[in-house]
Amino acid sequence: MSRRVVITGTGPISACGLGIEPLWEALLEGESQIRPIATFDASGFTSNAGAAIKSEDFNVRDVVPKTYRKALKVMCRDVELAIGAAAAAVSHADMTTKAVNADTTPSIEPTRLGCHIGAGLIAADLDELTAALSTSRNSDGQFDLSVWGQPGMGNLTPLWLLKYLPNMLACHVTIVHDCRGPSNTITCCEASGLLSIGESMRVIERNSAEACLTGGVESKLNPMALLRQHFAKRVAPTPEGEDPASCLRPFDPMANGTIIGEGGALIVVEALDSALARQATVRAEISGFAATQSHADERIGLGTNPSHQEVSDAMSAALTAANVSPDEIDAVFPLGSSIPGVDEAEATAIETVFGERTKSLPVVPLTTITGNCGAGHSALVVAVATQALESQQLPARINTTNSATLDANVNPACECELKHVLVTTCSQGGQNAAVVLSRPEMN
Amino acid sequence: MPSPTRVVITGMGWITPLGHDLDTVWSNLTKGASGVRPIERFEAKTFSTNFAAQVRDYDFTQYVKDAKRHEHAGTHTRFALGAARQAWSQAKLDDTSLDMRRVGAYLVLDFNNYAFANLNAWQPEQNAIDGKIWAQAAQDRMHRFDEIEQEPIMPAAHLAMEFGVRGPVYNCLTACAASTQAIGEAVNILQRGDADIMISGGAHTMIHELGITGFIRLTALSSRTDNIEGASRPFSRTRDGFVMGEGAGIVILETLEHARQRGVEPIVEVIGYGSSADAYRITDIQPEGNGPAAAMGEALGQAGLDPEGKGADGRPPVHYISAHGTGTKENDSIETRAVKKVFGDNAPAIPMSSIKSMMGHLIAAAGAVELITCALAIEHQMLPPTINLTDPDPDLDLDYVPNEARPSEVETCLSNSFGFGGQNDTLIIRRFSE
Repeated sequence: MSRRVVITGTGPISACGLGIEPLWEALLEGESQIRPIATFDASGFTSNAGAAIKSEDFNVRDVVPKTYRKALKVMCRDVELAIGAAAAAVSHADMTTKAVNADTTPSIEPTRLGCHIGAGLIAADLDELTAALSTSRNSDGQFDLSVWGQPGMGNLTPLWLLKYLPNMLACHVTIVHDCRGPSNTITCCEASGLLSIGESMRVIERNSAEACLTGGVESKLNPMALLRQHFAKRVAPTPEGEDPASCLRPFDPMANGTIIGEGGALIVVEALDSALARQATVRAEISGFAATQSHADERIGLGTNPSHQEVSDAMSAALTAANVSPDEIDAVFPLGSSIPGVDEAEATAIETVFGERTKSLPVVPLTTITGNCGAGHSALVVAVATQALESQQLPARINTTNSATLDANVNPACECELKHVLVTTCSQGGQNAAVVLSRPEMN
Repeated sequence: MPSPTRVVITGMGWITPLGHDLDTVWSNLTKGASGVRPIERFEAKTFSTNFAAQVRDYDFTQYVKDAKRHEHAGTHTRFALGAARQAWSQAKLDDTSLDMRRVGAYLVLDFNNYAFANLNAWQPEQNAIDGKIWAQAAQDRMHRFDEIEQEPIMPAAHLAMEFGVRGPVYNCLTACAASTQAIGEAVNILQRGDADIMISGGAHTMIHELGITGFIRLTALSSRTDNIEGASRPFSRTRDGFVMGEGAGIVILETLEHARQRGVEPIVEVIGYGSSADAYRITDIQPEGNGPAAAMGEALGQAGLDPEGKGADGRPPVHYISAHGTGTKENDSIETRAVKKVFGDNAPAIPMSSIKSMMGHLIAAAGAVELITCALAIEHQMLPPTINLTDPDPDLDLDYVPNEARPSEVETCLSNSFGFGGQNDTLIIRRFSE
């Protein structure tokens, strides 16, 4: 019998703010955070709205330990958000780490604390790089590589490369919280968060750690990442004069692309015996996990659609691993990207697994409120699903009015008896993953 | 404790600066050949490091069913496809009817060629880009597919497409430790029963303008421009940084049970994996080598080996260590310290070499290529040398197999990989026996 693995804390960060409270409040109210992008001039793009984390809601200086402030200058935005999510998760799990109090014994022995963080392709800051490049022009004013070699690149800060390595999210978080157990960085687009949680679960099961900070965080709210999403034809146009918050309609026939958000979540997953020993609140049990790869006949990742068969395979395998039948699932938290082909694969997969129950099984996407948070998204969904299990409530569903097959249409938040919920995701790279979360039973 | 599910390697392949197939590369490694040359991929004349170990004369199209489906694949993805096809063929997987839902992949690569940002949009007065001008220029001039192919998942996605993989697919990215970690975690996926076969390893190139720039700025690269074949000199007194390499290494991992069912001979068994984080600094390794020691310790524990004990033959339990051995001042000292800490009195009796002296540092692909080297050392009963070790560092006193390959009885090998940011990973393999 392998070790049981539970969730003892969640640290979401999203356009709603830091921590579960502001997020949950916005979800119950159905308040979309999608606005025209204000942090850079995005007017040259057809999709120029996003769900940005407001500076008044989050400042990394408030959460980074004083002794580590000098490292702020080598943190890109994704790292800052991960530092925030980690602080919120540790606090929610009622854990003491080096960051909380360096002078007391930590709740988990540092070598037994792991860290797995899903991350995206981090784009170099254009202003920073171009400021250095602009010093390397020849007499015609054109960029000249030989001037760059000597002396141009000297204008780039020595640690420039280290700002943008995707594993820097986990590196900074492990330093701040003194996690010396296994640590990894998973880079599988929207599936990164769930795949990280699955890996943490395996690490705890094989007894290489007692607990892990796990999940994913990404910000695509920068020109380069937005450009790449345009190139991949994944984003919805946001016509002038139209409220961009209404442009994202998962599973609706009118769906025509996703909208970028930023953030994600770090989750404290822990061996049940460790959680019980330190009298932590057990918020949910991870009772099943599975991952698959969608078959692609054509070029992958270029806006082609995932095949639904492997999406439903992941869901079914997670249910089997959890020893839970489809009839016992009380709600589904999907990706709900609002990208037509991806929605279709997800919807068909849900129908395949749940059959006749599909029409009355609540399907609750978060993208309408938080935008699509990329590598952070599925971890953010896990934080929300955990809160739903704890509070026995479902968030509001907005925007979607005409899903023919799913119970994903507009609906206010509601009380709901929830014993098992399914979190599922597809991704731009074709990876699918699913997790069954259960209300904890301590016997 | 050894896991009840035994995992073996049934196929291996690589594309490296020393050749494109197992035999050629092994022959070059045992000859002590260097793959370091002046950088050809871009004009690097004025760069303070203008040399690297590049993959040369490589054509990926012979390795894939339909090259058209991979026409936009990045350089690293092309390496991965070649290495994976070799591994797939060696494992005789074309002759087997497979349930592809039980076949997964666990790969790594790093970010690839950042396109040079467009200076058209630069506003010197504001010290900033004009977003609107940039968006227009970028959408007009940058290549759509090239940008999409930069997603880190793309090599794994191409491999999944080429081989029809439908099981768990992961891509991880822990800098220079990544492919050792990928293989370790893929082994764990098999042990857990989530798949029967995993294609695992890494593919990487950072031999491009911004990659070389980034490492020059970090002062991590050797700048020995007057002796480039002698520039990668791990464990030497005069070592001054690593030499950039590139390439791919892929292994087919399989449960022993599955390999038996289809009648395939295992090459080696993976018996231990350990992983740790330094949690120290993003640029420096913890000086006592605690993190690397923890990774080695966990791997040895999993393998059921006592590092300070002796085997039935009176020898240390590990017969060869493939060092991370980058040739930076810091790495080689701390790795030596960590090995001594773990193996105690056994340490001087365990040969430990760095093939980075010959093929440079393949970054995220290094661990996989070095693990394959360990498997070949077991097969050929021969240890690859650390070349350019003519002026040893007097403070480093282990057996680094200097300069010449050495015949040796090798049954069990340990391979180390450590990454920027304090990622440490160790794998242990053993000659397969029932």
